[in-house]
Amino acid sequence: MWKFLLPFAAFVALVVLFAVGLNPNRDIHALPSPLIGKPAPEFALKDVLDPARTVSNASYRGQVYVLNVWATWCVPCRQEQEALLAISRRHVVPIIGLNYRDDHDKAKLWLEQLGNPYTAVAFDGDGRTAIDWGVYGAPETYLVDTHGRVIFKFISPMTEEVWEKEFLPRITAARSGA
Amino acid sequence: MKLWARTWPGAPALALILAAALALVLAAGASSTLAAEQGPGMDAHGQLQNPVLQTRFERITKELRCLVCQNESIADSNVDLAADLRRQVREMLVAGKTDEAIFKYMTDRYGEFVRFAPPLTAKTALIWGAPFIVLLLGSFIIVRVVRQRSRMPIEE
Repeated sequence: MWKFLLPFAAFVALVVLFAVGLNPNRDIHALPSPLIGKPAPEFALKDVLDPARTVSNASYRGQVYVLNVWATWCVPCRQEQEALLAISRRHVVPIIGLNYRDDHDKAKLWLEQLGNPYTAVAFDGDGRTAIDWGVYGAPETYLVDTHGRVIFKFISPMTEEVWEKEFLPRITAARSGA
Repeated sequence: MKLWARTWPGAPALALILAAALALVLAAGASSTLAAEQGPGMDAHGQLQNPVLQTRFERITKELRCLVCQNESIADSNVDLAADLRRQVREMLVAGKTDEAIFKYMTDRYGEFVRFAPPLTAKTALIWGAPFIVLLLGSFIIVRVVRQRSRMPIEE
């Protein structure tokens, strides 16, 4: 009996392993963020559109807000631009842009030509703020709740579908919990 | 080239030596392009002026995973993020931070995955224990098979 049952059990275990491991919908580069549930790292950086101004996430305390990491060298960022513009027109939450390791003038030109979905755009030219947030690519999108805690991180270009499914329910929950 | 190889039997050995020398030169070139970074406390060759710190720097950066390329360390990777993290490690070393503090800084931001050798915790016990479990299982099977075979009559 064991002689047949054991190989069969091993076979089933392998099928499960492959079903999980080889799932084409799973993003193997998506890593869990240790930041979830922790206070959002603070930053005060120059504004891309107006270098005289400072963009600080401290001024958003008490609000649910989104931080979107982008750069002009990032091809998928161009892809998500339209979705971000559509989302920003709904005025659900402030969207802060973090311009990551970019050229200041190129970033400004990008926003002028493609449109600006952001409430404010912080310039992180040397990538130090990005390290604090655990950024390892672009685009990345973070959701911060009313207590200033990071509650969600999304690694991939933003789409309106992702916004509806992943962000809106969390925003509603974060607001009702506050 | 072919004619030359036929006329002189030492040619293959010489070719091998030349190839090895070329590989060495290429490797040296590659590592020097990686190391030529500048910052406070560093010399013209992109090394920390304090040799003790430089040794620690080399060990720590080999221990940290480049999250973009995942199977490379930040010491080996040419990616921008790896350069940023090397700069961070260097600055923390110059500021007198301990190895533990530097590793904690990295895992606080990037998770345990940033370390190639995760610390032994309840979560990682299986990773560390698996080789020993497999070793025990294997020896158990070998012992059983050998005992069974020794009981079998020898066929001629």
